[in-house]
Amino acid sequence: MTARRAIPFSACAALLLAVPPFLPPYPLTLLTQILIFAIFAMSLDLLLGYTGLASLGHAAYFGIAAYAVAILATRSQASFWVCLLAAVFAATAVAAVFGFVAIRAVGVYFLMITLALGMVVWGLAFRWVSVTMGDNGISGIARPTLFGVSLASPLPFHYLSLAVFFVAFALLWLVVRSPFGLSLQGIRETERRMRALGYDVWLHKYLAFVLAGGFAGLAGALWAYYDGFVSPVEVHLVTSVETLLMVALGGPGTLFGPILGAAVIVLFKNLLSIYTKRWLLILGLVYIGVIVLTPKGILGALRGARR
Amino acid sequence: MNLAHGSYFLLGGYVGLTTAARTKSFALALLSGSLAVALIGLGMERFFLRRLTRQSLPQVLLTMGFALVFQDLALLVWGGDPYNIAVPAFLAQSVQAGPVFVNFYRLFIIGVAFAVGVVLWLFLERTRAGASIRATVDDAEMAQGVGINVPLLSAGVFALGAFLAALGGVVGAGFIGVYPGLDFEVLPYAFVVVIIGGLGSFHGVVVGSLVVGLLDNFGKALFPELSYFTLFAPMALILALKPTGLFGKR
Amino acid sequence: MSAALVVAGVSRSFGGLTAVHAVDLSLEPGERHAIIGPNGAGKTTLFNLIAGELAPSAGRIVVFGQDVTRLPPERRAALGLARTFQINTLFPNLTATENVLLAVQGTTPTKLRLHRPIESYRHLYERAAHLLDSVGLAGKGSEMVRTLSHGEQRQLEIALAIGGTPRILLLDEPTAGLSPSESQRLVRLLKRLETSLTLLVIEHDMDVVFEIAERITVLHDGKVIADGDRDQVKASPLVAEIYFGSD
Ligand SMILES: Nc1ncnc2c1ncn2[C@@H]1O[C@H](COP(=O)(O)OP(=O)(O)OP(=O)(O)O)[C@@H](O)[C@H]1O
Ligand SMILES: [Mg+2]
Repeated sequence: MTARRAIPFSACAALLLAVPPFLPPYPLTLLTQILIFAIFAMSLDLLLGYTGLASLGHAAYFGIAAYAVAILATRSQASFWVCLLAAVFAATAVAAVFGFVAIRAVGVYFLMITLALGMVVWGLAFRWVSVTMGDNGISGIARPTLFGVSLASPLPFHYLSLAVFFVAFALLWLVVRSPFGLSLQGIRETERRMRALGYDVWLHKYLAFVLAGGFAGLAGALWAYYDGFVSPVEVHLVTSVETLLMVALGGPGTLFGPILGAAVIVLFKNLLSIYTKRWLLILGLVYIGVIVLTPKGILGALRGARR
Repeated sequence: MNLAHGSYFLLGGYVGLTTAARTKSFALALLSGSLAVALIGLGMERFFLRRLTRQSLPQVLLTMGFALVFQDLALLVWGGDPYNIAVPAFLAQSVQAGPVFVNFYRLFIIGVAFAVGVVLWLFLERTRAGASIRATVDDAEMAQGVGINVPLLSAGVFALGAFLAALGGVVGAGFIGVYPGLDFEVLPYAFVVVIIGGLGSFHGVVVGSLVVGLLDNFGKALFPELSYFTLFAPMALILALKPTGLFGKR
Repeated sequence: MSAALVVAGVSRSFGGLTAVHAVDLSLEPGERHAIIGPNGAGKTTLFNLIAGELAPSAGRIVVFGQDVTRLPPERRAALGLARTFQINTLFPNLTATENVLLAVQGTTPTKLRLHRPIESYRHLYERAAHLLDSVGLAGKGSEMVRTLSHGEQRQLEIALAIGGTPRILLLDEPTAGLSPSESQRLVRLLKRLETSLTLLVIEHDMDVVFEIAERITVLHDGKVIADGDRDQVKASPLVAEIYFGSD
């Protein structure tokens, strides 16, 4: 990392570490939520912003991990580490299977197939009642005690989320800066040239897809503990598209963009729902506004703005 | 890519419902529901989607915005309870023919679907407008070049799509009812039909709907808990073998 | 010694149009070979067939003794086949250095590493800088490719093609859109390439053709109508009529 970047970066990190104890509970939980959705949005950005793949079913991996935690924690009383590992593994494995089907499709077909695959998971969450409790969801996911500290109250749980966030950020940062990460960007730019240069484009996209699924799973696992409750909403198309909005709003192709986008959308939704029942309507208008106010499309506007 | 397509189905159902309640006429319900939504579709295309041709991600986000707005407005106007549209008495009965019950309304739905299919097919294959549409699907630039008014045509096709979705919604409202969440419940079916059949292929849509209908019903009957899975897994298989669907080109 | 590249009876049609018709071509390792022919003769199509972007309707393509007719482009690239595109096919939103890095790592296992920042692979950067320098883009490394001039992008095309240290290099009209001095630098660069490198170049500028190529194949309407050294080709009455005569 260059020194120019290192200073604001460490400042942000220090702020994130230092501020939480001084925050009242509600803002603190909002901040925790932002961190979790930031991980989720960054994982999607690996696909959208770096590889150029707009997935419409990314909530599937988030949701599968959340359900894995919910089921293991409530039925088998499994420990935090077991739940976390199993959840990330489940999300990665499903992404590995789905990716196999989806990556072959291009353009609109990719959008539609990821949407449909996402709906498979939603359908299972909704109808496979004996496992998922259907529409009622699974509640009563107890927060764990780690290293002798109970995470039941907001502050310790926030620090857990922060730690996971830092780890996810560092790993993703490494990936997007690595030779592999550059290859992904090459694929986003010009697939044809990449093939001529000797790259197995399918393989690169597939690996990106599986990795993104894994990180989405990490966010989903945290979310299950954060909320204590998992329902089909977590895997719904609306959640997938909302994450796309976070990435598009913040700026695809950067890691800070999705974090920013997640912060804006989480704050917006939560604060708005305090003041009005019609927050869904307003959120819809936000989507429309974002597109209309950037006439060349969000990606176009961003491309113009990038240096 | 239109995520508000399910909303057209939902809105069609609701508008039809209100019309039927006010006028006691099912035919008027069909007409008003479809036409009102066709107008909405026309407005969306003309003022919003037109400038986003070939930009799938902005289309996705924009239409999701509309879907949320429609969902919330529908909730505001019609509330959260499920409704069934009152269908004419002669359609509401069923007769027993040997061991099976034949429900007239089901026959009516099959009839409507068949009629729409035939009319659409005749329109696409036998009329000038239909030929222009097919030419535009194949190559929009070339179509523009030979004097086809592509913007007008796109608007017309979009409105027609909304019209048909809403028609389905009104007809469906007599059968499965209308309720919040229906929009996103029917949306994937439309996508799966198109994915299986292949984009821009009329035969594809017919075959796709039959496949989806059969899979969905057998799936629901045989493995009720995994019914979505039995619908989507074969779709995934088809795509794995033929990424552009059964009849898709390119 | 087996041939570097053999094209045997390769045809390709688009609908009713046969763009490449039963073309035979054989290049020895280290051979410098040019393809000329009027617009629409099928030259680029032939390149797309050799590189694997298009599948031939008939015929076989053999690279260093291996039949590659059914291999995708990336597998052929791994065998040492590299190409440029007639229309710049670069990575517009990456820097010039990143563009060349992609070419350099494309034929190495490094491209799949994801646990170390790319900056830590010093040798990749050194090679990228060297390549940029050799095509006259020294100092442009950190610029976004979409901000480079057309001529500069043309040079970058070459850098990308030679970045993966190929054994066979296909150049599709490399001097198109270059100034005379840029053209001259390119010719010097091509002459300096390893003598073992097999070069197949499509070129309209006959001065460039005569300067770099020892053998010339003339393509017209998808068919080979002449093949030989410069004098043989010049002497062919068919060529005189179709190619030189038409100017
Ligand atoms: N993908 C394609 N689909 C249909 N026709 C094609 C396609 N690619 C090339 N052609 C046609 O094949 C013929 C040969 O084209 P090609 O690009 O190979 O010519 P060329 O010799 O490279 O010409 P130029 O000197 O203009 O580059 C042309 O008539 C062209 O229109
Ligand atoms: Mg050409």
